[in-house]
Amino acid sequence: MAKKKLKAHHIDRDWCKGCGICVHFCPKNVLELDDLDKAFAARPEDCIACKLCEIRCPDFAIEIETE
Amino acid sequence: MMSNQIKFVQGNEACVEGALYAGLNFFAGYPITPSSEIAEILARRLPAAGGKFIQMEDEIASIAAIIGGSLTGNKVMTATSGPGFSLMQEALGYAIMAEIPCVIVDVQRGGPSTGIPTHGSQGDVMQARWGTHGDHAIIALTASNHQDVFQMTVEAFNLAETYRTPVILLFDEVVGHMREKLSIPEEGELPLVERLRTAVKGGVDYHPYLPREDGRLPMSDFGGVHRYNVTGLYHDMWGFPSADPKVVHGLIHHLVDKIENRANLLARYKEYYLDDADIILLSYGSAARSALHMVKSRRKRGERLGLLELQTLWPFPREMVRTKCADVEAVVVVEMNMGMIMQEVRKAVADPARVFLANRIDGVFINPEDIRSILRLIQGKGV
Amino acid sequence: MAVKDYIRQRFLPHMWCPGCGHGTVLNSLLRAVERLGMSKNEIVMVSGIGCSSRISGYVDFHTLHTLHGRALAFATGVKLSKPELNVIVPMGDGDALAIGGNHFIHACRRNIDMTAIVMNNRIYGMTGGQFSPMSGVGIHATTAPYANIDRDFDVVEMALAAGATFVARSTVYHAQQATDLIKQAILHEGFSVVEILSQCPTHFGRKNKQGAAADMMAHYKDITVPVGSKKKAANPELIERGIFVQKDAPEYCQEYDKIMQQAMKG
Repeated sequence: MAKKKLKAHHIDRDWCKGCGICVHFCPKNVLELDDLDKAFAARPEDCIACKLCEIRCPDFAIEIETE
Repeated sequence: MMSNQIKFVQGNEACVEGALYAGLNFFAGYPITPSSEIAEILARRLPAAGGKFIQMEDEIASIAAIIGGSLTGNKVMTATSGPGFSLMQEALGYAIMAEIPCVIVDVQRGGPSTGIPTHGSQGDVMQARWGTHGDHAIIALTASNHQDVFQMTVEAFNLAETYRTPVILLFDEVVGHMREKLSIPEEGELPLVERLRTAVKGGVDYHPYLPREDGRLPMSDFGGVHRYNVTGLYHDMWGFPSADPKVVHGLIHHLVDKIENRANLLARYKEYYLDDADIILLSYGSAARSALHMVKSRRKRGERLGLLELQTLWPFPREMVRTKCADVEAVVVVEMNMGMIMQEVRKAVADPARVFLANRIDGVFINPEDIRSILRLIQGKGV
Repeated sequence: MAVKDYIRQRFLPHMWCPGCGHGTVLNSLLRAVERLGMSKNEIVMVSGIGCSSRISGYVDFHTLHTLHGRALAFATGVKLSKPELNVIVPMGDGDALAIGGNHFIHACRRNIDMTAIVMNNRIYGMTGGQFSPMSGVGIHATTAPYANIDRDFDVVEMALAAGATFVARSTVYHAQQATDLIKQAILHEGFSVVEILSQCPTHFGRKNKQGAAADMMAHYKDITVPVGSKKKAANPELIERGIFVQKDAPEYCQEYDKIMQQAMKG
């Protein structure tokens, strides 16, 4: 199976509670919490679309769209 | 009564016959004296009739299972006695709150606690009314003979479906275990109320907790096209939890009013010689058998006694009792507890001082002699 | 169908605390359902009372939010009365194993085709952090201010002893494995138990100085090993993950069908 390439991080700011699980476990250090404790993709170019953030997010706040 | 079948049975079996006649197709229970025959007979009869029987690990599980079985569209029942009925109280409240049609049979024995399993009592009258916590209303029916046990069982299923509520059948050990004749009515002879299902199509917003103009709430079976939530929490018309004071106020009023406001309509009773009675014996369940015997023997002596036999205990038929007892010298409540229904009668009538109690609480079936001594007192003949 | 299509989105964000593992359990569960391509109308989710049990409010299935500890008993009625339904019963550890312990062992014994998921965070969260039967000795809780002396037990071992025919365990850190195990549990014809270790950062974490949600989650990586791992022999404290039993046995609803056929013959 060919590796999927990232198209976009969709982060629902209303649903995100800023727990930091996605930030902590991102293997490429792509995500960060902003001043309001909401997750955002600080370095999207490094994303390998592994979706570990999406599947661990307790709040259904992250969706990784791939090509 | 027209009948294709006459049987000589225990009251518990009459209850089973009534339940099957009414369309019972799911039963869950746990053994307890003096109700176990109901489970035993249904274990044999239900699968043969295309229904399902399951023996659960306790009474809590039994009532929980029938609530689950009701939600998939079945007519359901469980049967127990006082201690098991105590265990069922939390889930009974759930069924009231979530408006789940179901029938709970309590074949009463002596209590509190283990009490006396093999002897009769009518001590669960208030447990049926107030055993579960919170403001609520309940329907509880009883019967004094096997034909009436059959009929009240059918009624219980009909009322459960009509009002989307649990209905309690409050029998007692004497009626449950005594054997007498039962004529099983022909199919169609007694009216049956079937589950009212919503006509709302799939994909259209369905409100499981929004009453129609006639007060009824059409249901949708689990597994059907409508996916909704059922909860014991205060909830909105979709069944989702709500703490909105207006929603909560409306919900509690709906749950209480749908039953209490229909107390007259729900009143089932029998009357004997009431037209010219000076003294009314008011009784129910097996105690009413002795009361009727007393009334008949006194009538032979020219004494104007009458009997008002209640079959609906809850909601208490206050207006009916007040009307029937308006012009009599005395009302003697005959029951096998320390005056549970007597207190209700006192609240109902104009002059509570004229309401007396003839009771037994020792596990022995009340007999005419027990009533006679109270009558002597009322009639000024000494004790 | 996308995972989000199985959610009642109008109720999100959900009521669980930030970093609560229960959201990840829901996430893993819905991915299993999505992979199986199940229709929403064929699933009934039955839950009890507690933080975990609020899960049923968020899924767009037939949902039955019942009484504390009694979910499996309600679910048994649903399943036996309509065996074609898929019944999933998520429960908390106190819900399933303290107040609901009797129903739990008897559901295992009966082998009725349902999927029980124990969302084990070792604490009563909704009532404010009291110890549960899964907390274990030495744990601090609001009802164990001097440390807990109340021994815990192992859900997996109990489910096995009680006769469950599919028993598995994972953690919210191992979300992909959790999804796979739940998927297999749903497919299994019989009573399945999947224990998922799930962090409660608010109560358990705080009282026991276990750090932030992510730290607690990462800890699951350190304290667990795959079933049969040699590491377990060297360090018995390690908790095994994976499938412990998966066997065929007569399923209750199917056996009852046979009873009905026999009874109808008269």
